[in-house]
Amino acid sequence: MSFNIDELAVWDEKIKEIVDRYRLNCYPQEFEICDHNEMLGYMAYTGMPAHYSHWSYGKAYERQKTMYDYGVSGLPYEMVINSSPCLAYLMRDNSLLLQVLTIAHVYGHNDFFANNFTFTSGTDARHVLEMFKNQANRVASYMEDPSIGVEAVEAVIDHAHAICYQRSRNLAIRQLSEDEARMRAWERAQAGPDPWREIHPAQEYKAPDLSKTPVEPQENLLQFIAQYNPYISEWKRDLLHIVDSQTQYFMPQMETKIMNEGWASYWHHKILNELGLPQGMHIEFLVRHNQVLRPHPGGLNPYHLGFVMWHDIERRWNEGDTGREWDTKDQPKRESSQHENDTPGRKKIFEVRETDRDQSFLRRFLTKELMEDLNLFQHERRGKERVVTKLPNEEAWKEVRDTMIKNVGTGSIPVIKVEDADFGKNRTLYLKHYHDGRDLQLDYAEHTLKHVARLWERDVVLETSINGKGSLLKLNGESLKIERL
Amino acid sequence: MSTIFRPYTPTSQRSDRSARDRLRHRQKIKDSIRDNIGDILAEESIIGRDRDKIIKVPIRSVKEYRFIYGDNAAGVAQGDGNQKPGDVVEQGQGDGQGQGQGQGGNQPGVDAFETDITLEELIAIMFDDLELPELEKKAIKEVMSEDARKRKGHRKAGIRPRLDKRATARNRVRRKLAVQGSRDIDMEDEEQRFPFHKDDMSYFHIAPTTKEASNAVVFCIMDTSGSMGTVKKYLARSFYFLLFQFVRQKYNNVEVVFIAHHTEAKEVPEADFFHKVESGGTYISSGYRKALDIIQDRYHPSLWNVYAFHCSDGDNFYSDNERALQAAEELCKVCNLFGYGEIKPSGSAYYSGSMLEVFSAIKAPNFHMITIEKKEDLWEGFRSFLMKDRASGVSAHGKVFGPQNSEGAASAAP
Repeated sequence: MSFNIDELAVWDEKIKEIVDRYRLNCYPQEFEICDHNEMLGYMAYTGMPAHYSHWSYGKAYERQKTMYDYGVSGLPYEMVINSSPCLAYLMRDNSLLLQVLTIAHVYGHNDFFANNFTFTSGTDARHVLEMFKNQANRVASYMEDPSIGVEAVEAVIDHAHAICYQRSRNLAIRQLSEDEARMRAWERAQAGPDPWREIHPAQEYKAPDLSKTPVEPQENLLQFIAQYNPYISEWKRDLLHIVDSQTQYFMPQMETKIMNEGWASYWHHKILNELGLPQGMHIEFLVRHNQVLRPHPGGLNPYHLGFVMWHDIERRWNEGDTGREWDTKDQPKRESSQHENDTPGRKKIFEVRETDRDQSFLRRFLTKELMEDLNLFQHERRGKERVVTKLPNEEAWKEVRDTMIKNVGTGSIPVIKVEDADFGKNRTLYLKHYHDGRDLQLDYAEHTLKHVARLWERDVVLETSINGKGSLLKLNGESLKIERL
Repeated sequence: MSTIFRPYTPTSQRSDRSARDRLRHRQKIKDSIRDNIGDILAEESIIGRDRDKIIKVPIRSVKEYRFIYGDNAAGVAQGDGNQKPGDVVEQGQGDGQGQGQGQGGNQPGVDAFETDITLEELIAIMFDDLELPELEKKAIKEVMSEDARKRKGHRKAGIRPRLDKRATARNRVRRKLAVQGSRDIDMEDEEQRFPFHKDDMSYFHIAPTTKEASNAVVFCIMDTSGSMGTVKKYLARSFYFLLFQFVRQKYNNVEVVFIAHHTEAKEVPEADFFHKVESGGTYISSGYRKALDIIQDRYHPSLWNVYAFHCSDGDNFYSDNERALQAAEELCKVCNLFGYGEIKPSGSAYYSGSMLEVFSAIKAPNFHMITIEKKEDLWEGFRSFLMKDRASGVSAHGKVFGPQNSEGAASAAP
């Protein structure tokens, strides 16, 4: 270990001073020193100190460990949990500079967790660790229960994991209760105020079908099954709620990957430049910073993209200009940092970090010029090859941007909703895939439907579109039939 | 509120939290190996290899299925500025993983990885699959082992190596206490020795015991006439390999006899059996007669479990059919199980003869015929062969003993 804890505390003091000066608004912070084995363990369990047991985490661990042992991938410098106090891990074998860099980066994340709306509206940071611990205990108690057992619990978690991401994505939108949804449907069916009712006949009143379950298509599959499968046992229902609430906890992190990593990188960059690092450490900082933030040709590095975009937003609002290319040399020098906090650019990025998520972030702030600078391109499959199809030029840049929006955050998860819980009047579950030009991977869909059927305990059908043709995937027992609609 | 730094606690002081989940994951992998055992056995490399050799088995990892998009989804990626529309960024039929997927991670990757497993473990898994414990309930012939002995009781006299030191010492202490009680001597005195007496000595008694030993002999009878080509021999060999491994699992003592025949039969060493090319016509009966002679000579059915298996391409000399049938029926009487495998690699089935029809006249319950056309048939054929064993075994012999083998059917996988 090339440092001791007191040394870290000294650096932390200095970093916090800068953090406060820039008015980052953080939760209290906690760091835990761990070794690489523990880091592998934390990675497998999504960073949680306590987490329920399931074989998939053993698989994740083995995979990480194999990749690490064979040098395919290193370990992350930082692992941070959205909780209050905010918990982060520091790996003891890292150099002092890496620890300092990580601490600064973690404060960026901490501020983002504490302020971005996806986190503040969707998760309860104060009780996260207790929630995970409590749920781990509950799962363990079901496993130990002789009338249930490990195998049965594992199977239900398998099924639940398969569909856990089929849920509403924007946590700030409140779920309507059944009664509210019914009321909403009824209200919508009522004739609105019509100033011309004197001169033409009133529209015929069509009674909404309020007996249908669900009244409105339901996106939260796990919640729906837990609520509407009348035969599901209490412990299974509880497991579904556990998996669902944990997914909900991770939703904001999926939704803000680019913003969040960009924000933390923006701040570690700023903080380390102002720390007055000794020259040796400063050079190491530049090397590490560039390693983390280098573009990934053929892919997208969220750290890089986010970092560049935050700087771009700040520059554009400062200069009142959106046309010029952004360059570090153009960054206006400022005398006092107090002053810097009050610039329009800084105010704007603090506002955006609160109100946006990746999809809106890209839609609102990714400009054609920036896309050209980043050399972005769109690619699609043609036959057996993947070819470049569009560049962000005058005609196509919005399309390229929209493709990007489709692929970030939860955009890469197909939208599938429950349309009818009593299809064909025999309690068949009717699911519908809201097709947006992207087909489902069929073998995966088949296996996933089987998982749904195990939970629903009746037949399941899925409406989707295959190669442009509306299709119905019907699962009867173990076999899948595909019917054209 | 000031920041808290928690110091490092060495791993040794914490529990290994992922141990249980890793174990469960490995069990899943083992299950997946079992499900695909037929495919794995069809790989040429494992047949006839050393049991302790480690083999690499490629397996698909245990997949976690979700609703995901297929590969008609467009993606956005960063380039170096030289990309033009029409440039190929990814060759061939990928699984959609890797290059180009803006947000990878939930695309189906090439999820296969290899696992190390010894042949021994693989065989254990194979026979696990065959529900071996039930199979073992079949009659196993009892043989008195000649030199089985067991400690049984104590004697006052004996040879030195059988001295029971603990009992001897105990006897001495007992005598010492008795002496102390009757005579008033101060035994605490260091100078006062209390030596062992002849009466203290206690020796183990060794008695001969009966030990059930189970013996089996496998007769591998193969047609080595000119019509048996390399492919056919390879298939035959694979089958014998499985049979041998299976019998080895069940019996303490297994012997193998190789009989090669064309128009006449002889007992040959293993190497010749598989590699020597003979030529000429075929009298199947000659092989059976040879086996019957050897059984009579060395492996009398009252002492041995006899398994015989004959592989041929069915191209028998017509006039021999009658004699072959008769010999086969005789073999059925002395064997636990007699099998005939007709090897017909695809394509050859139509122009050559077949013994299947001739042998269909055999009514003995322990006779079984299979057809092997390709490698994949081996496992299925073998299974059905053993199902026959299970069905016929008990009724044929009437005696049922418990599990005998010491190797254990369910040894742990990696």
